[in-house]
This record gives sequence, structure tokens and C-alpha cells, in this order.
Amino acid sequence: MEPVVELKHITHVYVSDREASLALDGLDLQVYPGEFVSLVGPSGCGKTTLLSIIAGLMKPTKGEAFVYGRKVDGPTAEVGYMLQQDYLFPWRTIFENASIGLELTGRLDQEHLARTGALLEEMGLSDARNLYPQQLSGGMRQRVALVRTLTTDPGILLLDEPFSALDYQTKLQLEDLIAGTLREKNKTAVLVTHDLSEAAAVSDRVIVLGSRPGKIRKSFDVPEHIRSARPLLAREQTGFNELFHDIWREMESAGDKE
Amino acid sequence: MSAVDGRIGARAPALSEDGIQALHAAHLKRQKRQRLQVFSVQIAILLLFFALWELAGRLKWIDVLLFSYPSKVFAQIGKDAASGELWGHLGITVGETVVGFVLGTLLGTLIAVLIWWSPFLSKVLDPYMVVFNSMPKVALGPIFIVMFGAGFLSITVTTLSITVIVTTLVVYNSFCEVDANLIKVVRVFGGTRTQVFQKVILPASFPTIISTLKVNVGMAWVGVIVGEFLVAKMGLGYLIIYGFQVFNFTLVLSSLVIIAVVATGMYQLVVYVERKLLTHR
Repeated sequence: MEPVVELKHITHVYVSDREASLALDGLDLQVYPGEFVSLVGPSGCGKTTLLSIIAGLMKPTKGEAFVYGRKVDGPTAEVGYMLQQDYLFPWRTIFENASIGLELTGRLDQEHLARTGALLEEMGLSDARNLYPQQLSGGMRQRVALVRTLTTDPGILLLDEPFSALDYQTKLQLEDLIAGTLREKNKTAVLVTHDLSEAAAVSDRVIVLGSRPGKIRKSFDVPEHIRSARPLLAREQTGFNELFHDIWREMESAGDKE
Repeated sequence: MSAVDGRIGARAPALSEDGIQALHAAHLKRQKRQRLQVFSVQIAILLLFFALWELAGRLKWIDVLLFSYPSKVFAQIGKDAASGELWGHLGITVGETVVGFVLGTLLGTLIAVLIWWSPFLSKVLDPYMVVFNSMPKVALGPIFIVMFGAGFLSITVTTLSITVIVTTLVVYNSFCEVDANLIKVVRVFGGTRTQVFQKVILPASFPTIISTLKVNVGMAWVGVIVGEFLVAKMGLGYLIIYGFQVFNFTLVLSSLVIIAVVATGMYQLVVYVERKLLTHR
């Protein structure tokens, strides 16, 4: 099977006035169609840098990134990106916010607008269409951000800690919703997170990165019965605690190395 | 007996719906009363000021030649308004001011867009902007008169010299302060720099642009009046200078009263426009 995301020996150096520092060191990664992969690691392991490179927002100093077999050269509609917070535009209504991707990619036609409306309805937001972002709760806003990302129908979704700004209950609900939606629409996803239990509950594969410079330390395959359960229930499956502790120990030793 | 009944939800609320509504109504009533009190004191101060001034003038506590008094001032305004002489002066000054602050805001914003577009240009222009901003721009008045002639054009240019640079600095600053993550939202869809500007930078800075419009109303009045002091043969600034030269201070004060009223009206108009445009923020 051809990987949909392939990173070949990615090395990235951040250059500032003060210094040049190595953020990623010869990193290889393959993500296969329909896979849900989580990247976890101590801060400074270059998780977000990695997402930015796949998204085409940043060019790696060395190495090459491929999406659907084509070399990444700037952002494309094939790759969606969800940020840490919703970052909805306060001057736009919910519907206008959701359809901004269509506006930017020149697809503001009947068919796509209808699809946006359907997506909003799917997320339980049809009543909010004409409201403004400040009238919505944090969880609803992040759902709008998901719709915004899905309107352009990307095959790959990059999730940059999209649950980190939410309260615990909303976070669990949204994990369920997003993981379920992506699986149902057969999207490939790469999630960056600090929350190990979240990573283990939503993904097919959890990759632990070491820090300064970032590189892959270990990759954990999530057992079938945990990955097929909804994230909320996955946490109660047998073997979940063992998996969590294995990832935890790997993270600890990643931290100790510093 | 009823205390141990223990059924949750069976109890009547401690405060009935009517009781809660009554509290709200009382709150609104208190607020309304306070607004009324503030307004009456404001009016009282104004009336007291005019009454004292009138009294002081009539009883010769102050030099009437220099300070005049309200009934003379308002008689002057009435006379000029009736003879139609006032309207020409008022029209010219208001015209210059409106052109000054609208054009100043537009031009300033346009320059801000240019230097946002080219970070190189922004770095190059930086020291020049600082020098020009710290300079008292009205000092350039005589140069503008030589360049553009003694009239409408040189007065407008004097006004622009005051409004443009400040607008540029403030608006450019607000362009730079737009949250980088909002820009990222547009960039991940493959948005171009033009789209980033149209969809994020400009709408996000819109409140700042409108509020510079408010500041510029005040600035434009300074520019126009000083400009008219220097060259004009028409306008409220000219009336002030003329009144001063012929020692008719009733004329000077009546011009000041008109300026106060019209400038406030203009400011309120901009505030109204702001409220209309920014209802959802």
C-alpha cells in the first residue's frame, strides 16, 4: 500500500538572530490511507514543525515530504489543518466562517455551499448558521473549525492539539465526534497532542518523539479492540492501561535524556 | 412534616418569577434615574456658565470688549445666519475639514497597506516616519502656501500633513498585531498574500481604522483652522483672525461657539457610523 504522507529524512534548522538550532534530525515517517497517527513527545520535539512541513507552510532545511506521492510545495486543498484553538473570524457569521475555505479556493458554488450546510447540520450547528462566533461555546466553536476544515474535502487532516483549549468534558465529547467523523469519512489523520491517554484512545498508531533534536524514538501499534472502540470507551478496554504505561515510560525516558 | 418530605424539585423556588422580574425592573429604574440626574447636572453647569458670563459682562466685571457676553455672541450668530454671510464661511471650513479627515484616513491607510506589503520598504521608511511624525507639521504651512497657492488646496494639504502620518503609524501597527493564527487559517487553504490581506488583515483592523477616523476629526479641525489663519479669505478660522484684527471679539467668540457645535456634531456622526458598522464585535 502506498503511503499518503511520506517524510524522507526530514531535517529542520531554526535560524534566529541569536542562534541556529536543530529542531528535527533526519526523521522518516509513513502514514497509510485511513490511518490515524498521533505524535507525542516532550515540548521542543518539533511536533508542530512536523505538521507545518506536511501542510506545506514550511520548507524543511533538508529532506523531502510527499503527500499522495507528490512532493509538498506549499499548502494545498488535499491537506486540512486544525489549530489549537478555533480561530474563527469574529466579524463573520458561523456559516461565513465555515465556508471560508471554499472562498479561498474559488469553490463558492451551490454544491459546495449545500455541503457546508449539511456538515454544519451533522455537527448539530444548523441553528447557529447566522450567529457570530462569540455567541457560541468553546466546544461549538471548535466544531465549526472542524467543518471549516472539512468543506474543501481534504484527504488528510493535520490536528495540532485541537482539544487542548477545551474543558475536560467537552474535550472527551469532541474527541469522540472528530475521531468518529474522520473514520466514517475515511480520512487520514495526524494528531499532535500532549495528552497520552487521548493519543492512545483515538489513534491506530502512537509515535513517541525525542526532543532537541526531534526524532522518532518508538512507535506503538494500538491493539485492534482498543482502536475500534469509540475514544470514550477505548479508555475502559483491557490492555489500555498497559499501553498507556508503555507510552508513558517511553516519554519519561525521552525526557530524562535531556 | 413537610421538612422531611425530601422530594427534590417539589419545593417552590425561593423567589417567584414575578419577584425576579421586579428586581430587574427596579434595576432599570435606578439606572434611568441616574442617567436623568447626570444629564440635569450637565445642563445646569452649561446654563450656569452662560448666566455667569452674561452677568459678568453686563455688570462690567470683565472687559466686554475682550470677552463679550452670550447675548451679544448669539445675536451676532443670529445676524450672520440671517444675512447668509455665515453659511459661506461655515461651508468652506466644514468642506476642508471633511476632505481633510476622510482623505487623511484613506491616504494614511493606503500608505500603511504599502509598507505592510513590503517589509523592506517599511524598514527603509521607518526613520523618516519618526522624524516626520515628531515634527510640528503646521510649521510646514508656509511651504504649502508657496507650493499650492493661498487657498483651499494649501489648507487641505496642511490638514493632510497632520492626519496622514499618524494614521499610517496607527493602522500599520494594527496590521502587524493581527493574530498570526488567524493568518494561518487562510494560509493552510493555500491563500495568497492578497487574500490574507482581504480576508484577515483588513477586516481585523477595521475597528482601528474607524477609530483613527475619530481622532482625525479633531486633528483636521486643528489643521483647517491654522491653515485658515495663515491664508484664507473665507472660513471660520478667517472670521477669528478677522475679528481679532478689527478687535471684534464678539465675532471671535461666536466663531468659536459655532466650531464647538459643528465639531461635536461631526464627531458624533463618526461615532454613529462606527456603531452601525461594528455591531457584531
